[in-house]
Amino acid sequence: MKTLSPFHKKDKDVTAAIFRASRRDFLKVGGLLTGGLVLGVSFFSCNEKGKKLASLAPNVYLTINSDGEIVIIAHRSEMGTGIRTSLPLIVADELGADWSKVRIVQAEADEKKYGNQNTDGSFSVRMFYKPMREAGATARLLLMQAAAAQWKVPVEECDTENSQVIHKASSKTIAFGDLVEAAAKLPVPTPAQLKLKDRSQFKKIGHDTPIVDLHDIVTGKAVFGMDAVADNMKIAVIKHCPVVGGNIKSFDGAKALAVPGVLKVIPIKGAGIPPTLSKPISGVAVIAENTWAAIKGRDLLQVEWDLGPNATYNSAKQLEELEQAMHKEGTVRRNRGDFKKVHAGAKTVIDHVYTAPYLAHATIEPPNALAVVKDGSCEIWAPTQNPQGARDSVAKALGIDAAKVKVNVTLLGGGFGRKSKPDFILEAALLSKEAGFPIKVQWTREDDIKHDYYNALSVQRVVATIDQDNKLSGWNHHIAYPSIDATEDASVLQASDGELGLGATDFPYDVPSIRIETHDAKSHMRVGWLRSVLNIPQAFAIGTMMDEIAEARKLDPIANSLELLGPDRHITFNEEMVKGTYPNYGEDIANYPWDTGRMKRVIERVAKEAGWGKQLPQGSALGFAAHKSFLTYVACIVEVRVDNNKQISIPNVYYAVDCGTAVNTDRIRSQFEGGAQFATSIALKNEITVKNGEVEQNNFDSYQIIRMPEAPKHIHVFIADSADKPTGVGEPPVPPFTPALCNAVYAATGKRIYKLPVDLKV
Amino acid sequence: MPKYSIHINGKVHDVDALEDMPLLWVLRDILGMKGTKFGCGKALCGACTVHLDDTAVRSCSVPVSAVGQGKVTTIEGLSEEGDHPLQQAWKKYIVPQCGYCQTGQIMNAAALLKGNPAPSEAQIEQAMQGNLCRCGTYNRIKQAIQSVTAGKLDNSAKEN
Repeated sequence: MKTLSPFHKKDKDVTAAIFRASRRDFLKVGGLLTGGLVLGVSFFSCNEKGKKLASLAPNVYLTINSDGEIVIIAHRSEMGTGIRTSLPLIVADELGADWSKVRIVQAEADEKKYGNQNTDGSFSVRMFYKPMREAGATARLLLMQAAAAQWKVPVEECDTENSQVIHKASSKTIAFGDLVEAAAKLPVPTPAQLKLKDRSQFKKIGHDTPIVDLHDIVTGKAVFGMDAVADNMKIAVIKHCPVVGGNIKSFDGAKALAVPGVLKVIPIKGAGIPPTLSKPISGVAVIAENTWAAIKGRDLLQVEWDLGPNATYNSAKQLEELEQAMHKEGTVRRNRGDFKKVHAGAKTVIDHVYTAPYLAHATIEPPNALAVVKDGSCEIWAPTQNPQGARDSVAKALGIDAAKVKVNVTLLGGGFGRKSKPDFILEAALLSKEAGFPIKVQWTREDDIKHDYYNALSVQRVVATIDQDNKLSGWNHHIAYPSIDATEDASVLQASDGELGLGATDFPYDVPSIRIETHDAKSHMRVGWLRSVLNIPQAFAIGTMMDEIAEARKLDPIANSLELLGPDRHITFNEEMVKGTYPNYGEDIANYPWDTGRMKRVIERVAKEAGWGKQLPQGSALGFAAHKSFLTYVACIVEVRVDNNKQISIPNVYYAVDCGTAVNTDRIRSQFEGGAQFATSIALKNEITVKNGEVEQNNFDSYQIIRMPEAPKHIHVFIADSADKPTGVGEPPVPPFTPALCNAVYAATGKRIYKLPVDLKV
Repeated sequence: MPKYSIHINGKVHDVDALEDMPLLWVLRDILGMKGTKFGCGKALCGACTVHLDDTAVRSCSVPVSAVGQGKVTTIEGLSEEGDHPLQQAWKKYIVPQCGYCQTGQIMNAAALLKGNPAPSEAQIEQAMQGNLCRCGTYNRIKQAIQSVTAGKLDNSAKEN
């Protein structure tokens, strides 16, 4: 069984791996230097003007050249979070670099060298904050040692600033570039020998830094996957089997081949059932001189499919069936106390079923990849979140060693979890091998909407009991959705611990009885992960039920949540898990505890900043929800306005977030701004439905995402001032938004929402 | 294969293309101008927005045969140094996240301001509603446009 994306175990060898640089490895990093260098030893190369350069490269992520240029490797994929800026700026800040002299080079796939490159699960900063600081600190110490020796002063009296070593007492300074040769002769310190900067010394961490690709993006020069080219490259557009698990029975490519510019028609054998997280769907590719000819050719293909057992699948029917199952006994996954007993003694029982649909990622850049297979090797250019996974999958599919596969990572025109799957990359590799020339596979929007790895549809039932003393006495959460694991193993019928750990089993409220049960839900689709994954439906059910509980208890929703979180303390959940331990996003819960105090502080902050309790005009109201995900604490208040036509608009959104140490504050805010808009689409628009095995939506007319007039007007983000370990912000904005919005809709209209997307007209 | 002479960014380009080939693919696949992006192919997302005689059009839905003598401007031709006031404003407000839709957004906004140098907030929203951004940068896009509307053009946008 593969380790699934959001639940990664932390790469424990990351520090060891990055200090294992070798000269041979460095030579492989295209465009870095004309030569490379061995640990701590100077090595001469030439710059563009032919000037001889020495370099210092004490770590795989960092090289300082004698002309003052600092090259920092970005080894994680840039899909809009700003990670290509945020990780290098950690290195630069610890080093004391002049940020304007830093050049970022994107790493190719190489796990041994860079550590984990699978960019998802909101863990780039969490996992690499320390290694990046150590990379900068290593070079800083070497440079200070070289300067101290030259000045004959103790190294402790030296500091770095603006790409110089400085000695305050004598006002002496030397530029980094002038120290490179001497520093490179010194032994590289171990991480234990490093003294990392105090937080007060940071110039970049905790401040706003513009993203490094800004100019290229606004001038159209930024290279996304779709923009990659190779000599003699041809374009492939694929007609995919409309039903998951189906195969080609027969096909006729004659009409397609008659289109001017069409060169070949090639079938691709798909994974079948299970569809897997790494293999292509069955399809027939039309290969042409240009994209338009390939699209036209595809329209003329005649394919007869063996659609397989999923051809009778209907998502609406599955939702009905799952709803029935919610009233039976399920598999208990977490248990505290005796729910049956508290239920019997309850004064009030609140009992509701919540449904949510499949969601498609709909990145504006549809999946695409360029593969050049030649002489038993393969080079890929692709917008991939998971270059190492792609490399391994391509090697396996082509039957060659992974060392023969080079994966170059372009910018990603959105990812959200879709581009961590290599299926479209494999298509390019298989087609290039078969055709004998470089192939760019280009998915159209219709391919993307119809053949995604969808966030699962779900049905949940929550039964909450309130006792004679007006206390919440019981919480019984029933859950059913096709598991991501079933995409790899068709026998899996219930949610995994990892999936339940995305908001459900880590239900943090202090209730005498908690019972969390799962039910069977067979998978008929390619189910994957989408920005915050099962936190989306789980936070929707929990966050809206919490609001209903507050109402039943005649308490303010904020006061209700603060009370139920109980005293400030760390929760582990482990003793109540029926099997195994709480996964905690792959981190040891001793290092990253569930801290009720931190959650209470963000709730108090958001209430204060939003002016919770203030009077709003008729038809307007505030709604609240709080949800921790990916180890980041978030509280959210949404203001809605519902007009006479039952149209919902969102004048204001307020977020308070505690993500530990804030690295690039501007990109934290931008993730929350974007997260609110992404979640607005989920709450009000997004719905994939399946009839007779085929997705019914096609393009942005039938699968809608919000447009500017519908977007929340003002999104206010308040970041906790924290020295704690940093945690991610890519996904955490999404989960609490939908329940906060639904709670606001209730406050404005009196209508409770139990089904997504919200439709006030039914 | 029909031949077309089309005016793009002040130059005439001779291309051989099927008459129904959208301008988008002429730009990207034949001329190698990659700043104009493909998003939907049905004029639903705006990622492929270019100007045809100062009007914003979705190049995925304009066949090459319909371009005629019209003057096409793409992101590559919006400004010589990448310093159009909107490009500067986009930098000042750090608008992009993934960046993929942004060239289309900028081209659409530039056409809006040519026709209406001082649009109201509602007019901006109306004009920009055909351009999707999945990362959710709409508010910063709006701020950036508002910063270069008449009267503000010379100061705030050039601070960067």
